[in-house]
Amino acid sequence: MSLQLHGAVGRGAFHRDASLSVNDGDVLAITGPNGSGKSTILHTIAGLVSLLHGTLKCNDDIWDAPANQMFIQSEKRSCAVVFQDVRLFPHMNVISNVAYGLRAHGVNKQQAHAQSLEALSQVGLHGFEFRAPHELSGGEQQRVALARALVLKPRVMLLDEPFAAIDAGSRTALRQLMPEVLATFPGVTVLVSHDPADVESLANSHLAL
Amino acid sequence: MSETVPTQRDIVIRRGTADKVFRTFIASGAMLSLVVLGLIAGFLLFRGFEIFKDFGLSFITGTQWDAGSGDASAPAKFGIAAMLVGSVVTAVIALCVAVPFAIAVSLFLEYYAPHFIRKPLTAVLDLVAAIPSVIYGIWGYTILMPKASGWAKSLNSWFDWIWIFKVPAPIFDRSPFIAGLLLALMVLPITTSVAREVYSQAPRDQIDAAYGLGGTKWGAIRTVVMPFGRSGLVGGAMLGLGRALGETVAVYLVLNLVFKVNFQILASAGGNVASLIATRFGEATPYELKALMAAGLVLFLVTLAVNATATYIVSRSRSAA
Repeated sequence: MSLQLHGAVGRGAFHRDASLSVNDGDVLAITGPNGSGKSTILHTIAGLVSLLHGTLKCNDDIWDAPANQMFIQSEKRSCAVVFQDVRLFPHMNVISNVAYGLRAHGVNKQQAHAQSLEALSQVGLHGFEFRAPHELSGGEQQRVALARALVLKPRVMLLDEPFAAIDAGSRTALRQLMPEVLATFPGVTVLVSHDPADVESLANSHLAL
Repeated sequence: MSETVPTQRDIVIRRGTADKVFRTFIASGAMLSLVVLGLIAGFLLFRGFEIFKDFGLSFITGTQWDAGSGDASAPAKFGIAAMLVGSVVTAVIALCVAVPFAIAVSLFLEYYAPHFIRKPLTAVLDLVAAIPSVIYGIWGYTILMPKASGWAKSLNSWFDWIWIFKVPAPIFDRSPFIAGLLLALMVLPITTSVAREVYSQAPRDQIDAAYGLGGTKWGAIRTVVMPFGRSGLVGGAMLGLGRALGETVAVYLVLNLVFKVNFQILASAGGNVASLIATRFGEATPYELKALMAAGLVLFLVTLAVNATATYIVSRSRSAA
């Protein structure tokens, strides 16, 4: 399986050309200065913004092709996004946050919680399931965000600067965890980062904007 | 050598003359509204004080309203319990009907309606809020009541095993149910307007997070927008409740004034404090007039408390945004 994007992405007055291709099991790192369109590319792949022109394909499935009036909605793309600013749902506890995507896809509550517990163990948060997001440190919150993406077993995982908004100690721990997690992830991963060290340790291909 | 702890100095701001004049003008405007509110309460208390002194708590708990003959053989009896219960029952019916509609309309306007529909619909809603009560009352009496009597009959035949849907006699006109429906229509604009404003402030990044995990639009609304707007919606509903409790003419036209505590919403008996005052005011004796003033004070305090609670809840939801 592969993810291919060839065309122009943009939001508001901003637009830029983008071309990328990633295979299953690979991690593509996108780097570039602020405002260069890294996150816009990620959001375009996730279906949060539409492509300006060109094609976005996952295998043979066309996700976005303005010329053919094709646009597959985000919920049907099998993508999961980990945002820089975490964005956990504040009124839900950890397990409900992780189970959210599964429940949105119609998985029953019991099964969703069982799978969520596994995902939480995978990111080292066993025993944290009934805590509220505000009771967690920044690093723990980001691990929950990672778990709620992994639990979906998506075809494409999108990591938008996952280390940027957390303290130095948590960042080191998360940096140690991330290669283990990505090594077992079978799908496509696109990572946006400012840090050359992350690119070197996590990615096997690199797109500089 | 003792160590001296430095103290924080006070920051003194020297305002210009224009600032001072403007500040005084604004402050007196704000104070004036409080003064007017206080004067109204004071006036009602002054005029109704004798009633509170004569009847004490039984003025609130009593269910009889009789001006008497003015002598000891037939003393006056004043109690507003039936009307207070009527006010609450009709207001609760109004909210039970209006709030689900308000949620649906505000979510539609904010998240589903195309732009070319959103503006005109919002304008129409604002316009509906400006229709005078008497017009609602006439519409309720001539159009709504004949239809709603049929609905009430159906409710009674399906659910008469539930006590509140029983009726002592098969008459379905001029009931708290019909008054509640009419009030629902009257409180819908304010409740919708507040709900729409609160829902529009739901954090966009959380909505994107829901989409980013495969959530549908409805899923994002249920997970992010509705929990975020919950307290704002409660505030909007309570503002509506304030209007419903104080409504006079519309209720007077579609509800039978009967001095009996009635929780059977389909029965042709009820009333509220405001319509009691409107009905009796014209032909009241001087002593009954004092009782009406006292009833007005009770209604004023209840409505003030409801509105203050609503304002607090809405402001708390805004600060959370």
